[in-house]
Amino acid sequence: MNAFVADKAQTPAGPDAAAEPEVLLRVDNVSLAFGGVKAITDISFDIRKGEIRAIIGPNGAGKTSMLNVINGFYHPQEGTITWRGRERRKMKPYEAASQGIARTFQNVALFKGMTTLDNIMSGRSLKMRRNFFWQVLWHGPAEREEIEHRRKVEDIIDFLEIQAIRKTPVGRLPYGLQKRVELGRALAMEPELLLLDEPMAGMNLEEKEDMSRFIIDVNQEFGTTIALIEHDMGVVMDLSDRVVVLDYGKKIADGPPEEVQASQAVIDAYLGVSH
Amino acid sequence: MVGSASASSRGEDTFPKILMHNAQVFGSRTAFREKDFGIWQSWTWSEVAEEIRAFSIGLQSLGLKAGDKIAIVGANRPQLYWAMVAAQAIGAVPVPVYADSVAEEMAYVLGHAEVVFAVVEDQEQVDKLLSMSDEVPSLKHVIYDEARGLRDYDHTHLHHYASVQDKGRALLGQSASLAGEWEQGFASGKGADIAVMLYTSGTTGRPKGVMLSFDNLVISARNGNVFDNLNETEEVLAYLPMAWIGDHVFSLAQAFTAGYCVNCPENMDTIDVDRREIAPTYFFAPPRVFETMLTMIMVNMEDAGRTKRAMFDFFMDVARRAGEKILNGEQVGLKDRLLYKLGEFCVYGPLKNRMGLTRMKVGYTAGEAIGPEIFQFYRSLGLNLKQLYGQTEASVYITLQPDGEIHGDTVGKPAPDVELKIAENGEVMYRSPGVFVGYFKNDEATADTKTPDGWVHTGDAGIIADNGHLKIIDRAKDVGKLTDGALFAPKYIENKLKFFPNIKEAVAFGHERDRVGVFINIDLTAVGSWAERNNVNYASYQELAAHPDVYAMIESHVDQVNRDLSREPMMAGAQVRRFLILHKELDADDGELTRTQKVRRSFIADRYGPLIEALYDGSAKKYVKTEVTFEDGRKGAIEATVEIRDMARHDAGPATREAAE
Repeated sequence: MNAFVADKAQTPAGPDAAAEPEVLLRVDNVSLAFGGVKAITDISFDIRKGEIRAIIGPNGAGKTSMLNVINGFYHPQEGTITWRGRERRKMKPYEAASQGIARTFQNVALFKGMTTLDNIMSGRSLKMRRNFFWQVLWHGPAEREEIEHRRKVEDIIDFLEIQAIRKTPVGRLPYGLQKRVELGRALAMEPELLLLDEPMAGMNLEEKEDMSRFIIDVNQEFGTTIALIEHDMGVVMDLSDRVVVLDYGKKIADGPPEEVQASQAVIDAYLGVSH
Repeated sequence: MVGSASASSRGEDTFPKILMHNAQVFGSRTAFREKDFGIWQSWTWSEVAEEIRAFSIGLQSLGLKAGDKIAIVGANRPQLYWAMVAAQAIGAVPVPVYADSVAEEMAYVLGHAEVVFAVVEDQEQVDKLLSMSDEVPSLKHVIYDEARGLRDYDHTHLHHYASVQDKGRALLGQSASLAGEWEQGFASGKGADIAVMLYTSGTTGRPKGVMLSFDNLVISARNGNVFDNLNETEEVLAYLPMAWIGDHVFSLAQAFTAGYCVNCPENMDTIDVDRREIAPTYFFAPPRVFETMLTMIMVNMEDAGRTKRAMFDFFMDVARRAGEKILNGEQVGLKDRLLYKLGEFCVYGPLKNRMGLTRMKVGYTAGEAIGPEIFQFYRSLGLNLKQLYGQTEASVYITLQPDGEIHGDTVGKPAPDVELKIAENGEVMYRSPGVFVGYFKNDEATADTKTPDGWVHTGDAGIIADNGHLKIIDRAKDVGKLTDGALFAPKYIENKLKFFPNIKEAVAFGHERDRVGVFINIDLTAVGSWAERNNVNYASYQELAAHPDVYAMIESHVDQVNRDLSREPMMAGAQVRRFLILHKELDADDGELTRTQKVRRSFIADRYGPLIEALYDGSAKKYVKTEVTFEDGRKGAIEATVEIRDMARHDAGPATREAAE
């Protein structure tokens, strides 16, 4: 594991290191409340193209809410979200998906009865162009399209090294593999921004190492920008280029891992001081 | 009598020459397949020749010269097999290395072999090689097949497989005569040249580099092909480590000489599925693979419906009764023959299909002893599974079981062109065209192993039975003698005991003692399930092991082993006279087993000294206290009073013999 981490250190922020970093997504002064409960208060940060951005914080800090705001599931009462330079209006999650934002969930949300292959294929559904009529007819254009998509999906299966479970219903798979399939489905959308909600929760050390490697490879090979929520500090510090720290819905730190690690506010939030 | 192929009877005596021959004769036949992206991709012999030529010329342009060593590291992939022949075409020597060996061991092998080039599978191997650049100063260029994750690496000494081939193709395009020159280059190669260097793992000391010549491999492979009637229509699955002589001969030497097709699985986890899709006609596996397949079937049958289970049980009975006899061409009654036919349709056929062995013409198992029940199970299904005995130093083949002459306890007759003899001390020795040239940079070890007139010490003790079959009894250095002079082969006795599912491990003592005593470990799974069925309550291994019924059960097993031993003139003297069931399981964490689950005899002798004394002082019980290491590293002690039982000795008299026959 050290080897590739070391490599990463040599090329700090990917291909765009020298140029002025392009901001993919910017969150400005966003606040979100459910009735009287303020989940997020006045948070601003940005995600640069090609980076791995971590969002961390203690339980209930508002991390998942933040992710839900980014992919359009929640609509903030205040503040703006700018996606690729354009301010975003209120929208449905599937619109976010078609704009190139994909995500995985804290609790695995796969179709349990379907095979790995079918689950990942379902990630391609937004890219299918042939309508119902052609699908019913099947032979010809719809079939060709399916083969094209299958080829993409096979690339992902190869990439994630899950050939052996291609035809296995995901309900029968161990948890770590289900997480990997979920990542595969998100990748099938060929997203520009990939949101990972605790990709390593409940995994053992070896599974974590594998997953870390996949995340880095996705970032480097496909150039996908990644925003991830993770509790394992070792993983966060190794993987991410920049970290934003939330606590009680507020942003308490933002910067490179080393800087964040040294911040007194972060230490207090994690170790706990009387508020 | 089986014929043999002599060295120069067909002209092509090196793999590059055979390749060009195959490209002409079998041009459009499939030579290699690999499952990639869920689809079997295939290459014909003429395509393979082109791929190898391009890579070979690419290697040359990077500076690979005749005599250089080139390491091959990775799982079975067509590109890695091609790399070996591509290197041989310019006179370089491939050195396949175990991809999963730890960095330190790999560094030793690569350093010792003085490799200049390395062809590896992926980033993992590249990282490993880069990390050992200090130990392997000779290494100049690393070529990888799978580009993933390697984009940002410094590519001055790192090359993509395809880019090396592109280079070769570009050069071929520039000069019309280059292809001819390349072929001229190996036309002068001789069969006596070194073809490959394989490092043997070696249970003791550093690995040794076994140098094998083209003659060694080509003649052995041709003999093997003739022996089992293998031709260009065979399909094999290449899934065992490439650094192992078995894979090198089955997936390269025999494939090239016979012209058959080598199939590389998608990855190590998909082998079962891939085997079913390919249905190899020639199949090799260590006993462990056959054991696992059988266990899977038995587990699935437990879950099957009542009708299916009844059908399975009925027809497996028929198979046990008649299957092997039919396979051996012996006399079988009409009723059994008909039932067997029906069983083939209802049970055996589907089973074989499930295991991917439907088309298996001949299968081999080797490496260690296979349990007789397992062996018989496969044979009774009509699968021609056989045992062979071989070594890296022999280019695999020493003895083989000929069709129709299968005996569970022997490893067969000498392979074609192999001479066999038993040395004074009981060690098996052989001489054959496959005998290795020598160990690389280790003349001392070569002289220890190979006599000046070409006989090789196997390190195994064995006997040649009356029917000409070889029987391996133990490692030569472990074989001892009882005080009355009887031969004592501990592993032979232990293996006989271990074939009982209830016995997990056994350790026999007796060298320079008056009789044989044995420690036994029961198998907690097997005996535990027996206890469940018979309402025997137990709280721990220790309690179950000391249970009188368990003792009685093991006693009957030991008695059976003694009866078996009494029938073998050489072994009759070494029957088990006393045994005890150990109060704890032998465990690698306590140092009693190696990490590969082999018994560490001397360590156990030290640790359980008092128990060994008790085996010989005639006492019926012995109190012991043993320190154990728990999984989390804490230490504790187990104490117990262990019971020791006496066993009767069976006479090898004529009465017993008759009863046995």
